[in-house]
Amino acid sequence: MGQIVVSGLIFGCVYGLAALGLVLIFRTTGLVNFAHGEMAMVSSFVAFTLLSSSEFSYYGAFLAAIAFSALFGVVVFWVLIRHVSQASHLNQLVMTLGVFLAVHGAAGLIWGHTPTSFPRAVEGKPFSIAGVFITPNEIFVLVTTFILSMILFVLFRYTRVGLAMRASSQDLIAARLMGINVNAVFLVTWAAGSVLGGIAGLLTAPFTFLGVSMMFNVLIMAFAAAVLAGFVSLPGAVIGGLMIGIFGNLVSYYWAPEMALVCTFALIVIVLYIRPQGIFGEAQTMKKV
Amino acid sequence: MKRIFFDRRLYVSLLVVLLLTFPFLMGQSSYFMGLVVTMAIYAIAAMSLNLLTGYGGQVSIGQGGFLMMGTYSTGIISSTLGFPIWVALPAAGVIAALVSLVIGLPAVRLKGHFLAVATLGFGLCIPEIALNWKSVTGGYSGLPLMRPEWASSDLAFFYVILVLTFLVTWMLMNIANSRLGRAFLAIRDSEIAAAATGINVAGYKTIMFMISAFFTGLAGGLYAYWVQYISPNDFTIMASFFLLAMIVVGGLASIWGAILGAVLFTGIPHFSDAYVGVTNLVIGVAVVLVILFRPAGLVSLVGLIKPGEKQRSRKKPTEELPVRSLEEADNA
Repeated sequence: MGQIVVSGLIFGCVYGLAALGLVLIFRTTGLVNFAHGEMAMVSSFVAFTLLSSSEFSYYGAFLAAIAFSALFGVVVFWVLIRHVSQASHLNQLVMTLGVFLAVHGAAGLIWGHTPTSFPRAVEGKPFSIAGVFITPNEIFVLVTTFILSMILFVLFRYTRVGLAMRASSQDLIAARLMGINVNAVFLVTWAAGSVLGGIAGLLTAPFTFLGVSMMFNVLIMAFAAAVLAGFVSLPGAVIGGLMIGIFGNLVSYYWAPEMALVCTFALIVIVLYIRPQGIFGEAQTMKKV
Repeated sequence: MKRIFFDRRLYVSLLVVLLLTFPFLMGQSSYFMGLVVTMAIYAIAAMSLNLLTGYGGQVSIGQGGFLMMGTYSTGIISSTLGFPIWVALPAAGVIAALVSLVIGLPAVRLKGHFLAVATLGFGLCIPEIALNWKSVTGGYSGLPLMRPEWASSDLAFFYVILVLTFLVTWMLMNIANSRLGRAFLAIRDSEIAAAATGINVAGYKTIMFMISAFFTGLAGGLYAYWVQYISPNDFTIMASFFLLAMIVVGGLASIWGAILGAVLFTGIPHFSDAYVGVTNLVIGVAVVLVILFRPAGLVSLVGLIKPGEKQRSRKKPTEELPVRSLEEADNA
């Protein structure tokens, strides 16, 4: 039981990080990014390509991949998303679906469809804490998630950039009139969101093998976590991710691995039926009729 | 001359004649008949989704789930329970509609992205349930299905599907232009305003979900009869993604847009399947380009659309004007 909860917690960290990126982008720009997982997948492949060229150490490749995901996010925003920022939500959603399909197809052409193994961040034998076995790599995942969510929380709450992000999410026009460069804020948001996704991808790859479809499941679970968080709460996204990770792991152990997804979404529907704004969301008031 | 050129009846009758003679033009090739059948089935599903999303403003990323419900319901009713086709097909639609009630009940309360994720979950769960409920669905091995004797050849069943597609198109067009369709449009444009004019928003949303699921389930049933085998891999979540892309690329709130999108997206794999993965790349790029340069969909290029419909599918100008003028001020 304890073992299942702990390994669920590890998956939950990855879901939480991916969800954090989704929520960050949604909160600030009002767009749900379906291509989040696929962009992260590309970053993991970039790290893999750098590693196999053997000029890079693991951490060098890790940092380069993070830089790449920031750049990727910025490019996707500037070239594509910026132009639909005034379009309807449906058009925005289908735009990111299009990016999802295009990136998925392109990655398949470049890196092939055979999954390969990806090195862990920290090698080492599992050791036992209070009867629960845990590997150093899993501790690395936990610590990374904790540090990243703290950094993001501080950034969002206490810095000028964070203030600008919150202002832009509240009222775009007012933010502009107050002298905020909204486009720059959105760029930073997309960069930060993609970095969070990219790190989630780099952490996922050792568990699931590196493949073009590896992030799909993570994306779905991140969506579930984001919905649980009401799509607006940053700490909620991490907590939602952890909850979903543990819940899914319990279901797959005590029932069937395939039912984890079904039960997770049954849970989501029940939660949404009781609280349509999610657990951590606030009741929405209609701004415009 | 101009009037003949832009007469939509002319094009519709040409299309009907082309479709009716299609098997003979192609030398009764099963492959090309299959391509047209797939287009027809996706067209029905896309039109139903367009009723829900384009007219009603309710985003669903789980329509593939209803298609799959349709295939399995048809298979179980016809093959396992031994009912004839004229029972199995409507029953498939009714079962999908009843299931949509279960997903639609919470969905009535949900908006925008929450609804999208809830329906996404539905589209993901149906294939998983089909795989795991082995005693009923046959799991990985799927279910066999026999066509009725009077339509056992591909050619005969091709015409069955064609006639039913015409019928469904006609029905959906009528629904879209009826009191129901106008209520859906009102709900899409503003739920509060719709409720204020006496429209039962929750009721109409439920009806919307049920109509859309009914016809999608029917389309799934037709597909099951066409391939005569039900597999858990037929309508995965990708089918749901493609359906949504079809209506946006084709044109929201337009029956012709849905048909155009379905034909296009079913046609692209026919040309691009030579390489694995190219299909996704081509479709993805096509979707991105259309949204960037033709946000109202490809149907806005064609003169087929009625002026009235064009006005309806136009976006609400009120929300955008202030921001747009600010942007212009920036550029100036």
